[in-house]
Amino acid sequence: MSAMKTTNVEVRLPSRMGFEKVAMSTAASVAKLMGFREDRIEDLKTAVAEACINAIEHGNRLNEKLSVGVVLSAGEDSLEVKVIDDGTGMKKQPAKPDIDRKMHGEEDARGMGMFLIQALVDEAEWVAGSDGKSSYVRLVIRLDKDQG
Amino acid sequence: MQSETKSHVDQLTSPAGHPVTVIRFEGDIASTSKDAVLGTYQSLSKTTVKLILLDFTKVDYINSSGIALVIQLLIEAANSGQKVYAFGLSPHFVKVFTMVGITKYAGLFPSQAEALAAL
Repeated sequence: MSAMKTTNVEVRLPSRMGFEKVAMSTAASVAKLMGFREDRIEDLKTAVAEACINAIEHGNRLNEKLSVGVVLSAGEDSLEVKVIDDGTGMKKQPAKPDIDRKMHGEEDARGMGMFLIQALVDEAEWVAGSDGKSSYVRLVIRLDKDQG
Repeated sequence: MQSETKSHVDQLTSPAGHPVTVIRFEGDIASTSKDAVLGTYQSLSKTTVKLILLDFTKVDYINSSGIALVIQLLIEAANSGQKVYAFGLSPHFVKVFTMVGITKYAGLFPSQAEALAAL
């Protein structure tokens, strides 16, 4: 892709587990076209998949009448991904997962999705929709200046 | 949509002479993988099986629900006095497993040969 300002790609997913892989593959394809390194593409794939899983499971509560919107905006030096659902958004950020507490049964073995998202991309923010729905998570991954 | 997780069990012996049970996974490791991950582990004898190797060589996709199943396996194994190791993860999933702390409770190795040599 050349002389790119912002190019948008949109995907609409059914609220069914497994379809996060469609968004994951699309994000990987866009990132590859932009010239991201393979390891950063892997980071992005996991972050996008986890954001979509949260939207399907918690935002849309697996209601297949609702869909999850995924908007990828490819800029000059960064890729922004918005994952939009019909939930009310996050009330508070969950605590960072603690493997020792999990191993001792003091914390649910699950609950690592948001931690992985935050750890794997350059920016992550959760925005509650003003009308009590259309909440979204916004992820940004930046092209390193030194990568080819 | 998620590819079905397959698993099978192999019995090996480490160069040091220890019996090692290998659980080999194939496909995605996600929320639908409970039988393949926990079911297969729970079918093993807790009295005779003491060293377990998880083979992720043929796994392309692991999400947080799949990681949670691996952690549940580690909890049950720790409670049964079994040691668990893993090999065959891509560099990305080695990073993810390290981030969430799994490496504190399960040693990771690049290959089966390297894992067996260490046991």
